[in-house]
Amino acid sequence: MGPFLLRRFLSSLLVIFGVVTLVFFVIRAVPGDPVASILGEQALEVDKQAFRDCLHLDDSLFTQYKLFWSDVGNGTLGELCDDRGVTVKDKLVANLPSTAELALASLLVAMLIAFPLGILASLRPYSWIDNSSAVIALLGISIPNFWLGPMLLILFSITLQALPNPGGGVTGLSALVLPAITLGSGLAAKLARMTRSSMLEVLNLDYVRTAKAKGLSRFVVVMKHAFRNAMVPVVTVLGLQFGAILTGAIIVEKIFARPGLGTLLLDGIEQRNYMIVQGAVIFIALSYVIVNFITDVVYSLVDPRIRFD
Amino acid sequence: MINASPGKRLRGLPIFGAVLLGCVLFIAIFADLLAPFSITQIDVARQLEGPTSLHWLGTDENGKDVLSLLLHGARVACLVGLSTVAFCSILGTTIGCISGYFGGWVDEVIMRATETLMAFPGILLAILVIFVTQQPSILAVIGALSITGWAGYARLVRAQVLAEREREYVEAAKSLGFGNARIMYREIIPNILGPVIVQATFGVAGAILAEASLSFLGLGPQDAPSWGALLDQGASYFLLTPHLAIFPGLAIMFTVLGINFLGDGLRDWLDPRQIRSN
Repeated sequence: MGPFLLRRFLSSLLVIFGVVTLVFFVIRAVPGDPVASILGEQALEVDKQAFRDCLHLDDSLFTQYKLFWSDVGNGTLGELCDDRGVTVKDKLVANLPSTAELALASLLVAMLIAFPLGILASLRPYSWIDNSSAVIALLGISIPNFWLGPMLLILFSITLQALPNPGGGVTGLSALVLPAITLGSGLAAKLARMTRSSMLEVLNLDYVRTAKAKGLSRFVVVMKHAFRNAMVPVVTVLGLQFGAILTGAIIVEKIFARPGLGTLLLDGIEQRNYMIVQGAVIFIALSYVIVNFITDVVYSLVDPRIRFD
Repeated sequence: MINASPGKRLRGLPIFGAVLLGCVLFIAIFADLLAPFSITQIDVARQLEGPTSLHWLGTDENGKDVLSLLLHGARVACLVGLSTVAFCSILGTTIGCISGYFGGWVDEVIMRATETLMAFPGILLAILVIFVTQQPSILAVIGALSITGWAGYARLVRAQVLAEREREYVEAAKSLGFGNARIMYREIIPNILGPVIVQATFGVAGAILAEASLSFLGLGPQDAPSWGALLDQGASYFLLTPHLAIFPGLAIMFTVLGINFLGDGLRDWLDPRQIRSN
């Protein structure tokens, strides 16, 4: 296990280096004067110069690159020069809980839909249950979340008046239900099919037959013996889908007017504040890399036969 | 993509998907003739109207005819979907083939590059690129989606080439004295095209969804009517006029559904790695 994890770790480090470098240079390719675009054309010359100094715009690109690495290294991701003393990290930290709440809730929704559906489909392959779960899965993949969200709003907030309108100042569980369903549905579709095929493989194995032959109840055989082992490959899918949840959250936050990392990123783009855009993109990409690494570690611990070469 | 293909009784779905896509393509090509109104025609007296006998699907915030916008939106979707995938698959296949065929440090560099690009989930890198280009046009959107898109094809093709380059026919081609380029393009690539075509089919759906997502976020092409941009309006005015959100979403959904049906059929037909469990 050692050499594999070490290789995996080193390649993750390389990817992190690549991500930071790529974002840094892509952002520096933005045409026009960043000072004018953030402060406005009419800003005082003194302010503009202070801003340039703060962003180190008069230094060479290589010096800026080195300074940027120290900002990444100390975790601040740089100071917001139009708002002295506030770092990008502060903005990220302020917006993270809302996105994390949404991501966890949508994960929960996805698992609540996918596991029963996938298990039922695997118990009777090619039956009507299996076929309809396949159709539901295809719909789940094909319905874009930026359509499902408004549709749910029209149905539940307007027609049924059951849930609060977005941006109405309502927080708490009732404001989380629709965003979580919107974000979780696509994941649920993929998870359900993955659960089905993984269960189908496990259900034909000898130890499951042994468990049945022992006279254990069908429920115990399916849930305790088969499902727990079928979960192993499904966990990797969850790791890979973490990225889809993060980018999906950008869209869902916009639909439901929720604060969060996506809203921070979109506001940053609108205000052309490239420190925020840069910081948010790096943060999202790096957390994706780290989650994938952790997934691989967990996977190889749970199933030592797995090698990723 | 995951295996979402249903059982034996639903085998007609790929044909249904192909027919659906044929309709979308037809609409895209003849949008000018089919659209009842001009998409530049602004009618301030009829903003955000519901469906009427004049405007079958209602009007948008500028009083433009939604049906006409939708028909022209098919053109944007097809253009972005097809050209992004064409660009990505050709570039990705070439790079992946080079990577797998030559191996060594070339392979190492290319693989690390693809890993870096794939570290940006979904449309994140495209968002960044659009931010840099400032005035997103159709070309900018295609470019932004292509920059990340080729990496997936490169990795797929590389894995195939690694297995393929040890086979006898490649050895035979080498002993006949063929050059590397000829072996790659005339011998290896034709033999591994099946999985690439399957991935490209699903890729069209991915690109259409990505374009719509970008447009929904206000980062899509500003020079053409996109389904995503209409949905963006629909989501802002959903309290006033639900119809504005419903129809572009249905258009996206049926197009993507059609591609997924077709892709599943193609996979069963072309991808020998897929062994059915029945």
